[in-house]
Amino acid sequence: MTAIMQTGAPTAAKAVPVLKRRSPYPAWFFLPAAIIYGLLFLLPTLASLYFSLTRWTLFNSTFIGLDNFAQFMREPFLVKGLINTVIYAVITSGLKVVLGLALAVLLTSQIAARGYLRSVVFFPVLVSTVGVGITFTVLMHPTQGMINEGLALLGIDGPGWLVDPNLALFSVALVDVWKGVGLATVIYIAGIVAIPQDYYEAARIDGSTIWQSFLYVTLPLCRPATVTVIILSFIGGLRTFDLIWAMTRGGPGFASDTIASVIYKQYQAGFYGLSTAGNVVLFVLIAVLVIPLTMWLNRREGHE
Amino acid sequence: MTKTSRRTTLFGFTAALLAMTALSSAASAQSISMTYLIPSGADGVAVAEELVKSFEAANPDINIDIETRPGGSEGDNLVKTRLATQSMADIFRYNSGSLFQAINPQQFLVDLTNEPWQADVQASFKQVVTAPDGTVRGAPMGAAMGGGIYYNRAIYEELGLTVPKTWAEFMANNEKIKAAGKVAVIQTYGDTWTSQLFVLADFYNVSAADPDFASRYTANEAKFATEPAALRGFEKLQETFEAGLFNEDFGAAKYDDGLRMVAAGEGAHYPMLTFATTAIAASYPDMLDNVGFFAQPGDDAASNGLTVWMPDGIYIPQTTSNLDAAKKFVAFVASVEGCEAQTRAGGASGPYLINGCTLPDDVPPAVTDMLPYFAEGGQNGPALEFLSPIKGPALEQITVEVGSGIRTAADAAALYDEDVRKQAQQLALPGW
Repeated sequence: MTAIMQTGAPTAAKAVPVLKRRSPYPAWFFLPAAIIYGLLFLLPTLASLYFSLTRWTLFNSTFIGLDNFAQFMREPFLVKGLINTVIYAVITSGLKVVLGLALAVLLTSQIAARGYLRSVVFFPVLVSTVGVGITFTVLMHPTQGMINEGLALLGIDGPGWLVDPNLALFSVALVDVWKGVGLATVIYIAGIVAIPQDYYEAARIDGSTIWQSFLYVTLPLCRPATVTVIILSFIGGLRTFDLIWAMTRGGPGFASDTIASVIYKQYQAGFYGLSTAGNVVLFVLIAVLVIPLTMWLNRREGHE
Repeated sequence: MTKTSRRTTLFGFTAALLAMTALSSAASAQSISMTYLIPSGADGVAVAEELVKSFEAANPDINIDIETRPGGSEGDNLVKTRLATQSMADIFRYNSGSLFQAINPQQFLVDLTNEPWQADVQASFKQVVTAPDGTVRGAPMGAAMGGGIYYNRAIYEELGLTVPKTWAEFMANNEKIKAAGKVAVIQTYGDTWTSQLFVLADFYNVSAADPDFASRYTANEAKFATEPAALRGFEKLQETFEAGLFNEDFGAAKYDDGLRMVAAGEGAHYPMLTFATTAIAASYPDMLDNVGFFAQPGDDAASNGLTVWMPDGIYIPQTTSNLDAAKKFVAFVASVEGCEAQTRAGGASGPYLINGCTLPDDVPPAVTDMLPYFAEGGQNGPALEFLSPIKGPALEQITVEVGSGIRTAADAAALYDEDVRKQAQQLALPGW
């Protein structure tokens, strides 16, 4: 061992100067980007760390140590909001993976009007989230909404999609999937198109069925696309706010509150220090959940 | 284009700009231009436009531009941000009472204590725009409001009901209305703020039973959960839900639906603040005579009285560069001509807080019903938010839960007490 390390050391030492070769561009080229990054990102982040430790009225602030974090953890609905956030992220990212992959397989096969269907699937991604939220709020109205009126024609008594506390979060999650599945589909289409046709031909010669080709060729080879879709939609789900706010405002009561909506409500109420503390909590939560997830997904990919 | 000629062009352009600026400032030397920030909403904008029009007619050298902002807590943040960044309009309209205290009036608003028109402003209003140092910083904008219950007079007539003086009578009326196959109580949780009325409008009954509640509440000595009188508001909401009196779509209906339903007789009762009279007059003018109003009844007929909301104030921020003109406008709003302009634009919705202002004879029934509470022998008292700076921000979600059967009244009151603690700490009140 020691011997190997000793013999290895000189090589590394020799390699360093090569890596550290002067860049052809002077260091001050970094300055514009560094200033923008520092002013618009680093400074506010550090300031928010400080303000999360204060009771802040915008006009003045009092240092109160970790009281905001204690208060935030005591928020009666924080625990519920945390659970809701995770449920929401899992549901939306799970459904986006399944539906996105299914749609992508369909839209890469030889079907009529393929280009048209691809744009139809992608179209909801382009629409404003708040607009989608308001539209679906109208569609999901318990008595006058088009969804329940349609169900009534079939003799089904539709539920109160957004006003039933047990259902509200799931209704919003479904709308999120409807709106976001187009993006997942596009990522999957790109992944599937990149798989060389040779593999499918080889599989066919070996006598594989369509289902087997999907299971043993398409699925493993579009893993990078799956990783991207999961990470993007999981982070999106964790910090989701706009759709929830447009559709239920966390209601009825607190039934569909997520961390982001809890934070926003603290901000709205003028508890600026408390809501900043909430943002720090959200930042930590996303980091704690997503960094291991990314590492795990990427490691599996590397091993194959 | 060479470098030199480009520079010359640039120079010429700058010179032209400078000349234009000089011209326009010369023009504004003759007339003063000011901005007036108000919350958006059709009726409020109409009133502001009428006020500005009448004021400009009398003061041709002053020109006022109306700016609008969102209402609710979004608007609160906007007002605080503009004050903190010294970019507030020359005059602005904002709530009085607890929200007024939260914008740091002492630091940001011009002291109006010694303006001559203050002599005609009623003391009950001055009290709610007084900064902690005892100076008055605003003038009343709009009429006093009551919190109570709108009722459909046609339904009352048809079923032979009388206006209830106690909660038991109210519930008995509700049962009869329900038995007749009609919606007895309208609730509109699509706009969550409308869910708070049963609790907030019960405050006259709270203070009738417990006169010191507000001060003990501010001092962290009295709680909603532990004072039976205060808990009643939450219980009343729970009772109406459990009796199955609500409209079918109460979870999704909005404020405007509520107004339509009570005006058109789709429902019998709608708990609301009387500013809604203006909105009903604007949207359903031909049904306005169908709508009556009464105070939220307590448990004792002898102490039946109205919970009163003070109107918004108008304020001048210290950053204004047109102080004299701004003061002139505020004086106009706080004058009899000001009241008349407001009535012209929005109709009368209640008594004004300026001495000498009168209401026209043909006010709608909902306003007529409200006046006895203000007359001799009538009983009224301010809502809690004018007696205490503390109002918990989550009340509307909590009352939605009670009104939807998700949470019991006792549990909700305890949760609200917890919510209130944050506000008290934010305001750095002693004893919290």
